[in-house]
Amino acid sequence: MARFNLLTSRIVPLPVNDVDTDQIIPARFLKAVDKNGLGESLFADWRYRSDGSPDPGFILNNPQYRGAQILLAGDNFGCGSSREHAPWALTAFGFRAIISTSFADIFGTNSLKNGLLPVVVDETVHRTLFDLLSQNPGMEVHIDLARQTLDIPGTPEVVFPIDGFSKTCLLEGIDELGYILTFSDAIAAYESAHASTISQG
Amino acid sequence: MTPMQQQLTLVDKVWNDHVVAEPPDAPSLLYIDLHLIHEVTSPQAFTGLRQRGMRVRRPERTVATMDHSIPTHDPSLPISDALAATQIRQLEDNAREFGIRLYGMDSPHRGIVHVIGPELGFTRPGMTIVCGDSHTSTHGAFGALAFGIGTSEVEHVLATQCLLQRKPRTFEVRVEGKLSPGVTAKDIILALLSKIGVGGGTGHVFEYTGSAIRGLSMEERMTICNMSIEGGARAGMIAPDDTTFEYVAGREFTPRGTDWENALAQWRKLPTDEGAKYDRSVTLDAGRLSPMITYGTNPGMGLAIDVPVPHPDRMTNAHQQQALRKALDYMGLQPGRSLLGHPIDVVFIGSCTNARISDLRLAASLLRSRKVAPNVRLLVVPGSQAVKKQAEAEGLHTVFKDAGGEWREAGCSMCIAMNGDQLQPGQYAVSTSNRNFEGRQGKGGRTFLASPLTAAASAVAGRITDARTFMTDTPLRAPATVV
Repeated sequence: MARFNLLTSRIVPLPVNDVDTDQIIPARFLKAVDKNGLGESLFADWRYRSDGSPDPGFILNNPQYRGAQILLAGDNFGCGSSREHAPWALTAFGFRAIISTSFADIFGTNSLKNGLLPVVVDETVHRTLFDLLSQNPGMEVHIDLARQTLDIPGTPEVVFPIDGFSKTCLLEGIDELGYILTFSDAIAAYESAHASTISQG
Repeated sequence: MTPMQQQLTLVDKVWNDHVVAEPPDAPSLLYIDLHLIHEVTSPQAFTGLRQRGMRVRRPERTVATMDHSIPTHDPSLPISDALAATQIRQLEDNAREFGIRLYGMDSPHRGIVHVIGPELGFTRPGMTIVCGDSHTSTHGAFGALAFGIGTSEVEHVLATQCLLQRKPRTFEVRVEGKLSPGVTAKDIILALLSKIGVGGGTGHVFEYTGSAIRGLSMEERMTICNMSIEGGARAGMIAPDDTTFEYVAGREFTPRGTDWENALAQWRKLPTDEGAKYDRSVTLDAGRLSPMITYGTNPGMGLAIDVPVPHPDRMTNAHQQQALRKALDYMGLQPGRSLLGHPIDVVFIGSCTNARISDLRLAASLLRSRKVAPNVRLLVVPGSQAVKKQAEAEGLHTVFKDAGGEWREAGCSMCIAMNGDQLQPGQYAVSTSNRNFEGRQGKGGRTFLASPLTAAASAVAGRITDARTFMTDTPLRAPATVV
């Protein structure tokens, strides 16, 4: 799995609440049978005009933010479908962390499995970040996952929550499936204990 | 029960029955009884298995069908979309290579994965059920813990039949009272979503309780559980009762004889214990509900059909104001007026929310001997080929066709607009599906979510219409029979 440890980057502000996964990657781009090329389709309906050219009004097309690896989004980012294509598209584009006040459950889980760090901050920090970015769009912040800290210039250090297991997986690049396979004996024991109640078809 | 015993919720009981291991520094390892697969979110998971040289651990617990990207036109025609055709072929190859039961293009049991699971008796009380699709919450109607997962987790379940999970918090949604005529299960869930918002259930599992829920058929319960995810809850459950057992009995994969008796005895223990505590709760009065419709670009932006669209200026929070402005701008709507009479272009009756036989009967009850307005395209897409067959046996297809509607093959169709069934930019649709996100039903398309009854009434009028104005002598709820 992709590792995550330290990140210093500029931020792309996207002050929209409840961004759903249909916006992150519209369903018509889900017909791929692999994970390649999805970065091109990230936010496709907001990013491109109907003739296919980039919409200069959309923030990802602003050259000022090119190369930024952190997205600052509104509340409840990633609601809607379970498509893992959403974090695949975000990481293929170059994002490595997303800051919001909250993330939809399935999106959050999918992100952690792809080395994309969901950073949950409170409303005050959230608002401060948007305010600071409007004054200084080139501002860089620093994320230290081991310490669970977000450093914003000129403000007190912010500590963000993450469960210990996900943190370890990201820091050490642990393969979650490999980890589950270490429980093979327990799985076999469960199956034999429940053989009568779980048999089917 | 002795006072020493802990009172447990339905969620607790199903969860506890499936814990394989509880490592100290990690989430619990949860056993998955049933894994549903479809063509869109599984290919990369099978690729992962191949790269690791692994097999599917429990192919007999894995069921596949194609629903998302398949055409709903004449099945004798080829699939013109090369990408969709590749995806479908890949699912066929994967099912063959890994020994998974597939309800393929030629199967009379093919259909939307959340319609065929219950129909065939795969979905049963007390199970854990997952699928790479967020509307897996549908199966919670049977008292199963059922939720959507991403493709990485699809691979985990294929390989190990297990998932690492943290126990969700519980959220009781109590619905008391009796629905008024013309108000349906869809209106209950849209009313809940308008109350709690699209993030209101994040981190929780809903349990729907109360007399109104008890009074619903299994198909109506599925409509409600289906949209739990639209409130942010990965799962929504209803305690199994005689309605559940009657539905489940005698289906193809349902246990029989003493196995059935044993299963029934277990299932009767599942309902939440008297006095068990939920982390959160909310109550709705079914008797006060009206037909609901959405006006915005998420399923939480809904209101009673005769209530004016809210004004952004009256929102207290700046983000909410901005969200509402953006939504109304996309939808091309003015605040301060109800949606009644708003012109529409398309009516879609379909999806895993509302394309079961009772939904089609309900829509047909209004469309019988009536005509769809000339400016409206009506698509009726049954949830499965079995629903289609049943509807045809009852002559419902003739009702839809005589009214001027299209009667199509089963699939997800215009709910997700991956298969060519889609809105054109700017078009308005009344849809019985589950999501009104920007572009969900086609780029630039604008969706009003509503019940099959509201959809049928609006198709006839060519405008958003309260079905109650049509119906004085016709039954307003379809009988609770099943396919």
